[in-house]
Amino acid sequence: MGRVSRAAWLYIAAVVIMTVALVAPMRLGDQGAGWWIELGVLQLLFLICDSTPTPLASGQSAWSPSSSATLAAVMLLGPAGAALVGVISVLSLRRHLMLGERLFNGAMYALSGYAAGHAYLALRGHVGKPMPAEFPAIIWPFAAAAVVHVATNHGLLWGALRLNRKEGRLRDRRRMESGLPLLLASDLGYAVLGLLIAALWTVTGAFAAVLVLVPLFVARWAMGQFAEQQRAYSATMEALCQAVETKDFYTRGHSERVSRGSGMIAREVGMRPDRVDAIRYAGMLHDVGKLGVPTKVLQKTGALSEEEYAAIQLHPMRGLEIVREIGFLDEALTGIMHHHERIDGKGYPMGLAADEIPEFARVIAVADAFDSMTSNRSYRQARGVDEAVSELRNGSGSQFDPALVDAFISALQRDGWKLPEPAAAPLDHQTVTAQDHDDPTAPLRVVESL
Amino acid sequence: MTAQQPAERWSSWQAMDSGRLLLLAAAGMLMVAAIANTATVRVLAPHNAVAFGILIALGELLRLALPGGREAAPISTAGAMAYALLLYVKRLPGPHLPTLVSPLQVIAVAAVAMTIGALPHMAAGRPVGLTGMASRLVAVSCVAFIFRPLAGLHLIAGQWWLAASVMTVLVIFGCLIDAVIGALIRADDLGAKFGVALWDEMRVQWPLGAAVGASAMIIVFATETMGKAGLAVFVVPLLVTQLAFRRYAAIRSTYLQTVRALARVTEVGGYVEGGHSRRVSVLAVAVGRELGMSEPDLLDLEYAALMHDIGQLSLRDPIPGGATVLVSRADQQRIAELGADVIAKAGVLDRVAELVRCQSLPVRGVGPVPPVGSRIIRAANAFDDLVGSSTDRDRSAAALERLRLDTALEYDAGVVEALSEVAGRRRFSRR
Repeated sequence: MGRVSRAAWLYIAAVVIMTVALVAPMRLGDQGAGWWIELGVLQLLFLICDSTPTPLASGQSAWSPSSSATLAAVMLLGPAGAALVGVISVLSLRRHLMLGERLFNGAMYALSGYAAGHAYLALRGHVGKPMPAEFPAIIWPFAAAAVVHVATNHGLLWGALRLNRKEGRLRDRRRMESGLPLLLASDLGYAVLGLLIAALWTVTGAFAAVLVLVPLFVARWAMGQFAEQQRAYSATMEALCQAVETKDFYTRGHSERVSRGSGMIAREVGMRPDRVDAIRYAGMLHDVGKLGVPTKVLQKTGALSEEEYAAIQLHPMRGLEIVREIGFLDEALTGIMHHHERIDGKGYPMGLAADEIPEFARVIAVADAFDSMTSNRSYRQARGVDEAVSELRNGSGSQFDPALVDAFISALQRDGWKLPEPAAAPLDHQTVTAQDHDDPTAPLRVVESL
Repeated sequence: MTAQQPAERWSSWQAMDSGRLLLLAAAGMLMVAAIANTATVRVLAPHNAVAFGILIALGELLRLALPGGREAAPISTAGAMAYALLLYVKRLPGPHLPTLVSPLQVIAVAAVAMTIGALPHMAAGRPVGLTGMASRLVAVSCVAFIFRPLAGLHLIAGQWWLAASVMTVLVIFGCLIDAVIGALIRADDLGAKFGVALWDEMRVQWPLGAAVGASAMIIVFATETMGKAGLAVFVVPLLVTQLAFRRYAAIRSTYLQTVRALARVTEVGGYVEGGHSRRVSVLAVAVGRELGMSEPDLLDLEYAALMHDIGQLSLRDPIPGGATVLVSRADQQRIAELGADVIAKAGVLDRVAELVRCQSLPVRGVGPVPPVGSRIIRAANAFDDLVGSSTDRDRSAAALERLRLDTALEYDAGVVEALSEVAGRRRFSRR
């Protein structure tokens, strides 16, 4: 949560006081030992689930099935038990939580459990181990309890976030909206798990918790493996792209920066997170095909012959040839192939115009040209960001997609841009590009054939 | 030689697939016997049979690709196991009356449902996965034959913990059968050693096996309270697991594809002959398998072999022809070092970088003995430099002879023998 505002503190205090006022007068003296044991097991289950969230998608949404313990308590123990299961989140094993957050979480889960328990009772749900004869009728009070639980939980949380954070940025809101179906699906999942735990309890007692945890822990393990592989994957791709770049002294770090710039534009225009990931890979790989261009063509200072120019124009296709086999890159492939097309149709390799150019390619074109202009070249010093921005504006509508140029500029103004390290003079043995095919301010010179 | 070839291929095909044929025959006989028996006697609790059949068929539809080109159907397996283990422990009053179905009925339901679930795959032109289905069916049959008679015993049916213990043992037993069959098939297909293949199989399968076993028990126990209508609910935890595994397997294969693709930059840049890195990697993996390397080691070896020439990118101009076996020792070593530096920069592939770094070291040099992966890459690389994409036997024999002459100093004799074994077969299966 970061720093907590005063309004948020008041809100947290109000929620905590309300919880204490509701929970304190509950009479628990007449519950037997069995009730307390079940409570303890469910509290333990809650804590275990709470400490090991399973991230199911990139981004922050994680599947932490702790609510299912509360919902099982609604059925097995009633409102008081559900509230007491929720309270335990004060002791959450997630270390980074501050005291305020812990208190609020405990109060929030206790209130949600309490409300859900009463919703269950109101629809004449029977508290205790569910019996075969009660199915399927018992599903309806349980469903009502689940809905109340979700509503109370999200309502209280929403209030806290609202008071604590300043105006949410547009893209944050968009991200929240895109996560909504997933959120609903996971809430349904919690409810189903809660029901399952309660039903198993009738037959196997507390062993139910163990049975349900096994598949969830395996899922968590697999997601850990997935995250590890994904990190390794990104790092490997970056290293290989760097290897390709070492061939040319001045374009070092170019792919990484184009990848970053493309990602900024993509987020700014509100692309889905998976598409943002894809475009970042496409930006990373966009010039891989340059390796097929002979070194002497890249180094040539004078005007290029038609064949040499054709060799340069071929590099997007060469790049495509290399990365075509990578399955997940479908849309990114079009971005790599067409990143030198122009809105006015004068680009290469296909001469596509305006909307014919795939969106990924239009995004990469902007980031590509911008990074070329703000980097040193053998024939000129790097331009400043402002100068490069005005060049982008000049080319807006003819070379670049105006909407994407605007998106890039506003992302730049907000997030800034990390310029490349000022390159020292190249050593003798290093290859130097004499003309940059990406630089819109210094077009390649080509000898006109007769 | 040309006249000899088809006969040879036929005999190797026979040898390769005898295990698979045996498995399919066993599964087919089980299926026929079970269906015939179930058709003659009355089907007990037909509603239950249909409900479990639907679950199994759905699970067969939602198959899961696992690392190493394996395929699993966790929901189908869990459903079939649960049907085999079905038991009413508490004899609670209510509408769900206990039934004692025979093992043959369990097998018949599972077989029919698996077949139905495979039909959409067939219609979509995907592989039917007959071997996997047969292996699952055999595993489930074993569990059913052992547990169905036990289910009638009063002792087990009365105590949930006793029932749970027996079920745990049987579920592990079923998973073991599946793993043994899978290892036998893989050892046959890929030319791996059976012990290594079994170990690999268990390492890949056990997390999913645990989830499947727990889910089978969840289904058995929850059915007693909620009835068969709740079957859809019971698989929710397993569905979460399957989702997580799917993402894991997907990133693994993307990773491999990306390294395969990017390793080709050396070809497009004109540094090496087209297809060189791919051929070397296929050859190296086949040799590694022949030498009994485990799957994680083989993956490192494959990455290292794919990227073994990446250091050439740091050279100003391509070496003519690109054949690194023909350039000087110092140049070879420099390229290897440069390549290892590139790979080490990723920070996650240190073992791969080490293999690449040592790829040009002679087996009896001044320094320490290079790791076996490096020795394999060295031999495979030299072989491919000499033979290329040619499939001419004389050329390959000549190349092997040249490598053999150098085993005193340059190449590992064991690796060269494995290489000649593999080159003789020329059946380098890809993973």
